[in-house]
Amino acid sequence: MTPEMIIFILIALVTLGTAILVVTTRNILHAALWLIATLVGVACFYVLLNAPFFAMAQVIIYVGAIAILFIFAIMLVRVITPSGVKVFNEDWLMGLILACVFFGGMIWMLTRWTGFDTIPSVAVSQVDKINPVKLLGIALVSPNGYLIPFEVASVLLVAAMIGAIYIAWGKSLRNK
Amino acid sequence: MVPLSWYLIFSAALFAIGLFGVLARRNVIVMLMSIELMLNAVVVNLIAFWRYGDTMKMDGLAFALIVFAVAAAEAAVGLAIIISVYRRRKTVLADEINLLKW
Amino acid sequence: MLFISDPVMFIANWLQSFLLGWGLPKELVVAILSFIGSSMIAVVMLCLVVALIIMERKLGGRFQGRFGPNRVGPYGLLQTIPDMIKIFTKEYITPQGADIIIYNLAPILITSAVLLIWAVVPYTSSVVGADVNVGVLYLIAVGSFGTLAILMAGWSSNNKYALMGAFRTVAQMISYEVPMVLVLLIPVIFTGSMGINDIVKAQTVWFILLSPLSALIFFIAAQAEVARAPFDLLEAESEIVAGFHIEYSGLKFGFFYVAEFLHSFTMSALVATLFLGGWQGPWVEAFPVLGFFYFSIKAFIVYFLVLWVRFSLPRVRIDQMMDFCWKALIPVSLTLVMVTAIVQKLLVGAGAALPIQVAVHLMVNIAITWITVQIMLAKQARKPRRKPVADIRPVAVGSPSTPSTKSV
Repeated sequence: MTPEMIIFILIALVTLGTAILVVTTRNILHAALWLIATLVGVACFYVLLNAPFFAMAQVIIYVGAIAILFIFAIMLVRVITPSGVKVFNEDWLMGLILACVFFGGMIWMLTRWTGFDTIPSVAVSQVDKINPVKLLGIALVSPNGYLIPFEVASVLLVAAMIGAIYIAWGKSLRNK
Repeated sequence: MVPLSWYLIFSAALFAIGLFGVLARRNVIVMLMSIELMLNAVVVNLIAFWRYGDTMKMDGLAFALIVFAVAAAEAAVGLAIIISVYRRRKTVLADEINLLKW
Repeated sequence: MLFISDPVMFIANWLQSFLLGWGLPKELVVAILSFIGSSMIAVVMLCLVVALIIMERKLGGRFQGRFGPNRVGPYGLLQTIPDMIKIFTKEYITPQGADIIIYNLAPILITSAVLLIWAVVPYTSSVVGADVNVGVLYLIAVGSFGTLAILMAGWSSNNKYALMGAFRTVAQMISYEVPMVLVLLIPVIFTGSMGINDIVKAQTVWFILLSPLSALIFFIAAQAEVARAPFDLLEAESEIVAGFHIEYSGLKFGFFYVAEFLHSFTMSALVATLFLGGWQGPWVEAFPVLGFFYFSIKAFIVYFLVLWVRFSLPRVRIDQMMDFCWKALIPVSLTLVMVTAIVQKLLVGAGAALPIQVAVHLMVNIAITWITVQIMLAKQARKPRRKPVADIRPVAVGSPSTPSTKSV
């Protein structure tokens, strides 16, 4: 048991616990805050995986933008703690069973997967010598890399922005 | 060094929690949050496979970035739709938004 | 390594060998040293706030033609200490219907968000908290926790003014984050690295000379980010009483106060680090400890500028502020990033010498500034002037028909 493993277990427990709170809390503003805790926990995993760029991107995008957007939306719809309303729908037991079956199935598949043996163990030590951010940047703009997916992602973001503005604006924009 | 399987188990668990949230919650906003959890589980998988595979290949990281973009777009459009629905129906509960079920 | 040239590293190395001599494992020693270092940074920064508050009050007094605090201690320099004692002994009042946990978490989160920034700031060439290679992104990531804390404080207080203040702040901070991130890319373009210490090391010529426009935009965006006048709309006293921290009292309010002052100084330190060369200065190679003095002098000069702006300009209206961000700062910074990247690539490709690079970048910056100013002036000329609501009546000038009141 190395220190890294202990850190992994601690972060995993905290992250999964907050994730469970996200889906079970009645107060949806608290759920949004638990979601932030979960996302920060996942960012810690990226640090453990030697991808600090992704950890920072995770915090900037999720905590700085998406979670704030969620909180704004929650405040705009104003139904934060509906006390008389049921949290789960009638089929929640079915959902729970499905989720458990999915998790069990994944574990079952993992125990039978033989790919762990084929992973090159040399490459693991390589990560300290390279600069993944630089390689990623080159890969994203090189024509035989990910140039087209990258551009499509930017088009997707623009489309989402226009769509979100149009949908959320309401009647005043459409009547013009 | 943490074994790769730990990351995979963690991400499967996170995905399962998100799946349960989408299937069981009535509130549409929490459903969107659960979708974010599922997307995050996918990104953990992608980056873990990058780290334990060939680190010179950028496929995992590039797809992780694209998943980030998709998550941002999904949250923006989804929340806009929720706000629009709330304006008309005064509810954000999924089983009360049933006009299209007729 | 001598004690006189680099005392901090000397002590750290001595402590490390001392602890290793006890037979402790290496990881534990590193953990202990990191813990000591981070708590020292936090304590020093929180104590620095005392100095910042008295500096602000004294200078504010001078800017406004009065003395400022002058009762306690020599020249009133100890005024903050009785203020601190007062705020420590005040009662905590929790409003009815407040969301207790979030309400109490917000002040802690906002202060820690500011303190976290100091983890990556290089004090001298060797003394850096954590030399992460994505330091610039770290700055932005940590800043988003501050936004979150303000939103939590405003919402959990169960007060409409607090919520309005929080909404204003979040709108302002998210908007001004965009130009800030964009101009942060310019030092990154010049350096080719996102690590903050690499950026400082690359500044043989200060980046403010290469790109004065980006330094200016960063300065403005930082002012908005810390919500200081002229952008202090979140606590516009005349409109929403005190903004998001209206329901806080005692030391909980003190946390917000400390966070505001420290954030302001932190942003000044970042301007000094990213654009004014950080710890760079003469003889810094031989005596790294000098870097600390250069760095603090630069940071305090920028902080003086911040105060100057704060006490000289009136508060802007919220629509003016948003217009300025989205219609002026963001287009300019986008253009600047693109042009700077292209020019830098061309210059490095052509193998130009450093003075030529500086000159070309400076010319590009001046050209972009001039074009922006021309466009803004043309837009201003096209805008219809608002009709005055009444005839202009000078108040302080006696009209000729009434008798002079000089004798009274």
